[in-house]
Amino acid sequence: MKFIYILSVLPFVGILGFLPFVNRVSPFVLGMPFNMFWMVIWVVLTSIILGVMYKLDPRNREGEEE
Amino acid sequence: MNSALIIILLFLVAAIFLGIRSTKGKDMNLEQWTVGGRGFGAILVFVLMAGEIYTTFSFLGGSGWAYGKGAPALYVLIYISLSYVLSYWLLPVIWKYARDHKLVSQPDFFVSKYKSPYLGVLVAAVGVIAVIPVIVVQLKGLGIIVSQASYGAISMSAAIWMGAISLTLYVMISGIHGSAWTAVIKDIMMLVVIGFLGIYLPFHYYGGYGPMFEAVNAAKPGFLKFPEQGLSVSWFISTVILLVLGFYMWPQVFSSSYTAKNAKVFRKNAIISPLYTLMLLFVFFVGFAAILKVPGLSGGDVDLALLRISIQTFDPWFIGIIGGAGLLTALVPGSMLLMSASTLLAKNIYKPFVPQASEARIAVLAKSFVPIVALISVYFTLNGGTTLSTIILMGYSLMTQLFPSLLFSLKKNNFVTKQGAAWGIIAGIIVVAYITISGSTIGTLFPSLPQQMKDINVGFIALLVNFIVMWAVSMLTKKNSVSA
Repeated sequence: MKFIYILSVLPFVGILGFLPFVNRVSPFVLGMPFNMFWMVIWVVLTSIILGVMYKLDPRNREGEEE
Repeated sequence: MNSALIIILLFLVAAIFLGIRSTKGKDMNLEQWTVGGRGFGAILVFVLMAGEIYTTFSFLGGSGWAYGKGAPALYVLIYISLSYVLSYWLLPVIWKYARDHKLVSQPDFFVSKYKSPYLGVLVAAVGVIAVIPVIVVQLKGLGIIVSQASYGAISMSAAIWMGAISLTLYVMISGIHGSAWTAVIKDIMMLVVIGFLGIYLPFHYYGGYGPMFEAVNAAKPGFLKFPEQGLSVSWFISTVILLVLGFYMWPQVFSSSYTAKNAKVFRKNAIISPLYTLMLLFVFFVGFAAILKVPGLSGGDVDLALLRISIQTFDPWFIGIIGGAGLLTALVPGSMLLMSASTLLAKNIYKPFVPQASEARIAVLAKSFVPIVALISVYFTLNGGTTLSTIILMGYSLMTQLFPSLLFSLKKNNFVTKQGAAWGIIAGIIVVAYITISGSTIGTLFPSLPQQMKDINVGFIALLVNFIVMWAVSMLTKKNSVSA
């Protein structure tokens, strides 16, 4: 339970925490400036992280929520 | 009448038809009208909540920001994605409490938690004040779309009036069922249109994304990076955090969480939703593509970027399709907002003062507030300047003020009293109002701070004042109640 709490902090750290270090135009990745690419990758990772949280969260295993 | 306008009109008729059909066989009492009888599954809740997120603002304002400001536009993508992380924890708790206590609106939540109908009145008033600017944005967007798509034949103000009238009729007839079904069509249309524009325009004009961004970078060095000051990295981080805190404080978003069948719906939606926001990337691509192809838009006109480059590129019938999609992006959120504001006025502002009013009377009253709120919004739409995103950001700083007292109310032992909650919110609102009217930033308030601190979103000051007042008043009122 505690572990999945920590997971939900990751997207904030990845996107906002690293921003000062990745605020640059080059190299272009997939045609996008680097800062834009960084954010796009993290949005995808956010989905993945939330998926992992969902799997690990015992509340989702019960049929009906209580 | 050109073919673009005819197609837009067809979209409008189809949306109204769907709205009417969706209410068939349902007794439209207040619970059906506003929260759909709490029977919506994951997909409907998903489109409904996405329907509030992808408004004309993301359509026109998102491309407008990319066009006018460059990299900082990405805040739209990031705050929405990060808000879903919050939703994973927050919405199931809110939903469960709302279901157990049969709540239909956001102020109901505060009333129930803090045992104070007048706190509900305050929360409702904040909601109505913050929601009107967002309705204004929808009407303004509608006006832009219709007047641009008519190639100037219909003036902006005529388009706004027509939009407001159709919106009002739509809401009064269908309530949330219509919004949900129109939201399904709207989202499909948005995906197709935005996806197409975001891919076609960069390849058509530049031969790909890489060449496009290189061309923009060469023409405007530094435009694709966060600037050293102003909309800098620290502006971005602080603004995103504030927006995430405010995201679920909107009365219409809050109450559409009530429509869910069970709490798992939210956790499931949280997983795919960030991916869905990537659609906004294509909106930005359109804005970036427009920079070199339709140069010279400035001020409030940046919101025209998407339509201008489309008109320059495509035939009128296709402008009609884009306009139709745009119309739906105004209609769906606009109807939700109008409905929320009217329900708040009837149920949470009128009712506490006239407690003997029956449910049926409140339902009638809620519907009759719809045209009034619409008229007020038309007034502000016709008499206000500034870009879509500035208006939205102001509404957000108002809504965020509800976050501290909501958050603490979820705890078992909440130290916040009803007086503390009320004065905290009022103090926060006063600070927001002062900041907005005086145009203050942290830089003007505290000129000696280093630049990174100066760019921090000034909304944090309001939130801080809110918290301190809430805490202090809570401490005072708690002591009194013990000694009394």
